[in-house]
Amino acid sequence: MALSGMRGLSVFISDVRNCQNKEQERLRVDKELGNIRTRFKNEKGLTPYEKKKYVWKMLYIYMLGYDVDFGHMEAVSLISAPKYPEKQVGYIVTSCLLNENHDFLRLAINTVRNDIIGRNETFQCLALTMVGNIGGREFAESLAPDVQKLLISSSFRPLVRKKAALCLLRLYRKNPDVVNVDGWSDRMTQLLDERDLGVLTSSMSLLVALVSNYHDAYWSCLPKCVKILERLSRNQDVPQEYTYYGIPSPWLQVKTMRALQYFPTIEDPNTRRSLFEVLQRILMGTDVVKNVNKNNASHAVLFEALALVMHLDAEKEMMSQCVALLGKFIAVREPNIRYLGLENMTRMLMVTDVQDIIKRHQAQIITSLKDPDISIRRRALDLLYGMCDVSNAKDIVEELLQYLSTADFAMREELSLKAAILAEKFAPDLSWYVDVILQLIDKAGDFVSDDIWFRVVQFVTNNEDLQPYAAVKAREYLDKPAIHETMVKVSAYILGEYGHFLAQRTGCSPKELFSIIHEKLPTVSTSTIPILLSTYAKILMHSQPPDPDLQNQIWAIFSKYESCIDIEIQQRAVEYFALSRKGAALMDILAEMPKFPERQSALIKKAEDNEVDTAEQSAIKLRTQQQQNSNALVVADPQPANGTPPVGQLGLVKVPSMTSTADLKPVDQGLTQANGTMTKVDPYPPDSSADLLGDLLGPLALEGPPSTAAQLEQNYVPGIDGVPSTADALALAPVEEPANSVQPIGNIAERFHALCLKDSGVLYEDPHIQIGIKAEWRAHHGRLVLFLGNKNTSPLVSVQAIILPPSHLKMELSLVPETIPPRAQVQCPLEVVNLRPSRDVAVLDFSYKFGHAAVNVKLRLPAVLNKFLQPIPVSAEEFFPQWKSLSGPPLKLQEVVRGVKPLSLPEMANFFTTLRLMVCPGLDPNQNNLVASTTFYSEATRAMLCLIRIETDPADRTQLRMTIATGDPTLTFELKEFLKEHLISVPTAPRAPAPPPVSQPTPPPATLNDPGAILAGLL
Amino acid sequence: MGIRFILMVNKQGQTRLAQYYEYLTLEERRALEGEIVRKCLARTEQQCSFVEHRNYKIVYRRYASLFFLVGVDNDENELAILEFIHLLVETMDRHFGNVCELDIMFHLEKAHFMLEEMVMNGCIIETSKTNILAPIQLIDKAT
Repeated sequence: MALSGMRGLSVFISDVRNCQNKEQERLRVDKELGNIRTRFKNEKGLTPYEKKKYVWKMLYIYMLGYDVDFGHMEAVSLISAPKYPEKQVGYIVTSCLLNENHDFLRLAINTVRNDIIGRNETFQCLALTMVGNIGGREFAESLAPDVQKLLISSSFRPLVRKKAALCLLRLYRKNPDVVNVDGWSDRMTQLLDERDLGVLTSSMSLLVALVSNYHDAYWSCLPKCVKILERLSRNQDVPQEYTYYGIPSPWLQVKTMRALQYFPTIEDPNTRRSLFEVLQRILMGTDVVKNVNKNNASHAVLFEALALVMHLDAEKEMMSQCVALLGKFIAVREPNIRYLGLENMTRMLMVTDVQDIIKRHQAQIITSLKDPDISIRRRALDLLYGMCDVSNAKDIVEELLQYLSTADFAMREELSLKAAILAEKFAPDLSWYVDVILQLIDKAGDFVSDDIWFRVVQFVTNNEDLQPYAAVKAREYLDKPAIHETMVKVSAYILGEYGHFLAQRTGCSPKELFSIIHEKLPTVSTSTIPILLSTYAKILMHSQPPDPDLQNQIWAIFSKYESCIDIEIQQRAVEYFALSRKGAALMDILAEMPKFPERQSALIKKAEDNEVDTAEQSAIKLRTQQQQNSNALVVADPQPANGTPPVGQLGLVKVPSMTSTADLKPVDQGLTQANGTMTKVDPYPPDSSADLLGDLLGPLALEGPPSTAAQLEQNYVPGIDGVPSTADALALAPVEEPANSVQPIGNIAERFHALCLKDSGVLYEDPHIQIGIKAEWRAHHGRLVLFLGNKNTSPLVSVQAIILPPSHLKMELSLVPETIPPRAQVQCPLEVVNLRPSRDVAVLDFSYKFGHAAVNVKLRLPAVLNKFLQPIPVSAEEFFPQWKSLSGPPLKLQEVVRGVKPLSLPEMANFFTTLRLMVCPGLDPNQNNLVASTTFYSEATRAMLCLIRIETDPADRTQLRMTIATGDPTLTFELKEFLKEHLISVPTAPRAPAPPPVSQPTPPPATLNDPGAILAGLL
Repeated sequence: MGIRFILMVNKQGQTRLAQYYEYLTLEERRALEGEIVRKCLARTEQQCSFVEHRNYKIVYRRYASLFFLVGVDNDENELAILEFIHLLVETMDRHFGNVCELDIMFHLEKAHFMLEEMVMNGCIIETSKTNILAPIQLIDKAT
């Protein structure tokens, strides 16, 4: 072992190594730092050798985890040293210690550039490497052309060019504009002809970055990548130095296959055939060998080939071959292969046809859930979660429950969340769902978050059939000797509400229920006591005829807690005590809780929001992709027995869903009013459904002071329960209430339609108030301001604005004041984030009181699909490859639309422009056709190019053929339906005398009912 | 972006080399290294070479007393990284002759030079040992 060239450095390292403990090490390091600091202070006396030595010491100290906050300048200054050894140290240490935002780094930019454009290739390499590792935006702006020149010029040797490739990659990431796509794609294609495998390896990484951003420009690289793969897989012209255990550069093979996965498809049949030959050879020809390294390397290539086959959506035969291989892998002894088998099988779930084949391996996957290795268990859990559906939910969830008792603590929370979600999503019947959740709480109470038990309470409350069953179960759990506090909460709640259904059973009289629940009180924390108090009050109410003994017991408890230090407990005790003396009035006040409004499951939201652990993320994302529009609440039977509309119909307008079954037809229910009472008294900010906390608190909040609220409700809006909303979902006219004598001015539906096409105007007006709106849209964000103007000389009171957002919009309304002073206008900003493509519409539930008149209107908000469009011009060169690559459904959809309002082509072009579509004249040779393009923005799709082609019939202007192509199936469908809705005449409300909006010609009668159009729309 | 960091840690948990390809503050590094070392060093030979941690996947391999830990993105090819570790070790072997922990410790700069030739900006740049070692030999000759 040769000692390092720097003796002082070696001495220091061995000193540190000999330290007995961390304290000694710190002392030694501090001493050294002091030493270096003084030496750097009078820099004049330092030789380059000494400087180099100290800089290395700094790096060593930094690596040990000590802060080194000085000497950066010395490190940077070594970059300009004339000799290679010093310069090298300068570059390397600088890239370790500094980051791109460091001022010293900017100072060095000229020196670095001189090295890059200089003639010394070793200096060039050093400079390129440092810029490649830590170069920032300024570097990108001033160095990109030089770096590009180095990369493509054949007069430089491979050792410089390979570094230039990765340096350019860095600069491109810092500022994508440095690569001019038009010019660069040809160069990139030429680069792939390179023979040197080092240059090729780094160029391939550059290509991956470029195509992952914008594959369209790089189609010509595709055949070249296939050629490279052929060259490697046949071992042609591969120098010995680049074969690894007999395998031609496995890393380049993997990278090349990765690059190919960014192209949506391979059109050219020859290229496709060549590639499949290579892939077939890899799939068939990879054998297990003794040598570990060789085995790993060949399987690295094999797994990448599997991923590519999945991506290319090969014929079913090849796919089944892949699943068979993976099935073999998940059963082998070698843990790495087992892990990767499970991981890739999870990815395979995205391929539609193979799910059934994967299900055949369920038993083996369940075995992996008990693997001694947590990494493998996590993969197995993810896969089981991903493959779960109605057919196997019972088996899988029960397996998860069984595993829960032995699972490591690190996994329990995730496990119980996943079990709860699956149980909710795929429950074959609701009693099973209740069983699962109660078991979950029983087995892993500490890991069951509040939202899980809130959810089961919501379910039970909303499904009458379930209530006696849940009560029986809750009662059974209370017999267990030691139960988790969460179980106390949920049992007490359920028995308080529904315990009286059990009155005939032994051990279930009000008195017995009370005493078994009350037994638990000494063991619970303050957060549970309020729930128990409510339960007592309810038991008391249900004990008919009144049991004076029980009454005295419960009253004693109430009066004991009347002086409790906890305000919540105190208030409940006082109120319940007072109320329970009212006799019969108690019945009204403590009546059963009304049904909960249906909302997105907080659990699923939580799972979606949970971006912390990658282990969880993948499958959840996958699941959301698969079922974008399906609602978590939908149980196997979409029609609940008790006649309430299918849950999850809060999506007020149509709920079209590509993935959901056809029988889930849009329900024109408008607002389900079953829970009208609740929206009125919701003490939480109007954005609660967009807010996890609001969602979670929902049940408890209702549970809190229900008495007064319920009373108020009854006083002011008698009989609001079950108020039918207007049947026409498209024109959500204000709900007609008996007390509501205030008539709107103007037509609400028309105002809405006008606002869909412009960004400011009046949304609603009546004799007392005018609601104006002003909106700004940027990408997938929007900011609306509601202007609430009081037209009167007296104040408007009890003003409430609640936003009911569809699931694809995140909306936050700032606080709306309860009172609007006379003649005043208040502004309420509303933030909107578009999560994914959908035509569903957000609704503003607005109410106020003026004198004796209570007004409540439900207004659609113009946060509609076209607001998230940004017109973008495309050239023929861009349009056609893209158009071709999106070859058919579900990415490209076509439909003949009839009953279109007749428009001349220029009128239609104008209309498209107002919808934010860019009409591209000249692209279509046929004069009667119209081609348009635009970019759609949402969180899920990011910026997504949309291409539209309209073929009109000059003989019959009421029909046309429409073709839409985008990179996202949901977007394609939604955009098509959206345009259709706008092209077909807009239905006007019958009583609308107001003039039509300027931008729209008067439409002919509605043809929305045309069965042909509807049928085609469903396809 | 493929490789996020490369760590070499001995079985006592002392860091022998740390190279990051994304910027983390010193505190973040310390915490991350501590967590990873705790997780990985406790694993047995029969367990797989991949550990999921935060947003990273750690691919690791043990050689005698020294652990090589590579943090990658979630979608990196794990086996390719696993063999890349072995390539790194073989390259060091070729240079040092039967490389051991002390070689890396006392020749930190050489270990850095090699790594610098093999990985840049989180991407693999060179896999030929001759090419990787060429610049080091150049320096050795010069001194």
